[in-house]
Amino acid sequence: MRIKCPYCGERPNEEFTCLGDASLKRPTSNEPDTMDEWFDYVYIRDNLKGRMHEHWHHSGGCRSWLVVDRDTETHEIFGVTTARDYNAKGKV
Amino acid sequence: MRYSIFSLAKNAWSGHKNWKPAWREPEPKSSYDVVIVGGGGHGLSTAYYLAKEHGITNVAVLEKSWLGSGNIGRNTTIIRSNYMLPGNEPFYEKSLQLWEGLEQDFNFNAMISQRGIMNLYHSDAQRDGFARRGNAMRIHGVDAELLDREQVREMVPFLDFDNARFPIQGALIQRRGGTVRHDAVAWGFARGADSRGVDIIQNCEVQGIKIENGKVLGVETSRGSIGCNKLALCAAGNSSEVAAMAGMKLPLESHVLQAFVSEGLKPYIPNVVTFGAGHFYVSQSNKGGLVFGGDLDGYNSYARRGNLPTVEHVIEAGVSMIPGLSRIKVLRSWGGIMDMSMDGTPIIDKTHIPNMYLNCGWCYGGFKATPASGWCYAYTIANDRPHEFNSLMRLDRFRTGYTVDEKGAGAQPNLH
Repeated sequence: MRIKCPYCGERPNEEFTCLGDASLKRPTSNEPDTMDEWFDYVYIRDNLKGRMHEHWHHSGGCRSWLVVDRDTETHEIFGVTTARDYNAKGKV
Repeated sequence: MRYSIFSLAKNAWSGHKNWKPAWREPEPKSSYDVVIVGGGGHGLSTAYYLAKEHGITNVAVLEKSWLGSGNIGRNTTIIRSNYMLPGNEPFYEKSLQLWEGLEQDFNFNAMISQRGIMNLYHSDAQRDGFARRGNAMRIHGVDAELLDREQVREMVPFLDFDNARFPIQGALIQRRGGTVRHDAVAWGFARGADSRGVDIIQNCEVQGIKIENGKVLGVETSRGSIGCNKLALCAAGNSSEVAAMAGMKLPLESHVLQAFVSEGLKPYIPNVVTFGAGHFYVSQSNKGGLVFGGDLDGYNSYARRGNLPTVEHVIEAGVSMIPGLSRIKVLRSWGGIMDMSMDGTPIIDKTHIPNMYLNCGWCYGGFKATPASGWCYAYTIANDRPHEFNSLMRLDRFRTGYTVDEKGAGAQPNLH
């Protein structure tokens, strides 16, 4: 698996650390009645078989947070963008 | 037919041409009392104990591929009960006790070998941690011994005791731990369940779950629809996919874990040795191959194959523990899909649907649990409540805060 970092170009996957599903939204409230949202965010996963948007950190390179569009069945990578761009545009 | 020295002799006279298949290949019936989704080790052992312990024999085990094609044939065959927490240790000890009597119980040679498992420690802090775990085991009535460096050297003199980064100070050993011939476990449970009337249906993929008025009526499969009174999910790495058919989302991520086997060697490694600090463990199979593995690749995967950086990491760790390994050729490597629960502990429980049950979240430790998982799951299905041994392996423990975080492990340990 090789990931094309927007800053560093195509690099081997041992330079990166995966943090999993990028579609999860961290709740912003600390109110007790938002506990269900927190529970979903921390523990529950879609655990997709197929294409999935994931956070990857280029920990052994430029240290940018990236979002990778990757197939969990084949490991094929369809696109990479920075986490900032992903949050702005909502897509890879 | 019961396997014995006499059946062996009798079949030897006829050139071994008259052995009967160990289980039938039945067509699915229109409905069953219990349908088990997943014909892996845990699904088969569940069917076996449902029939044997609870007299429930109108049972089908649905396997989407061939029997034993999943993790029951992809693990590194180790059995042990060296856990610490109250939610885990009685369960794994039950499992080890079932292993000890299993071959006689299901009349099948599973080549269970209690050759001992040794966890190496490399610092005072790690020794204290292992001493604590060993003491917790002994409080539960389980064998554990703390070995010093010279005792370890006597058993496994080929380790790198003076490694610069991880010098070996000693080990925690559980002498009743060991290895099993893993395929034979699937075959033995399958044969034992089949002979009691359970239908094992291979190449039968579950594609949908029929739910009406909050109850499961049956499943849609690649071989037609099958009704059931109770539905037991037992799909390991594919649990999230199957549960989604019933509208459930699980606290699981599926990850790939790789394992390896070397060319055959003369007897070399007498037991199971784990080098946790370096993510490596090894034993020697009865054929002579060294069977070893390490840690997860570290990303979500359903691919059953991993990437080369992990291969390199495992072999580097192995060579740093046993320098002699550098000359050994690796014969094969493979991957299995681990259903990683968020605290590293499995789930054997009821669900919000009254006649549906869930068994998943085995992380990378499912093989040793095979008999107890089936035993406890069968109890839970038959009595509609968990047994004491799986009473803390609940689905709702993440919501209630009662997680069982043995190692602080799981899919994303940084979060939990």
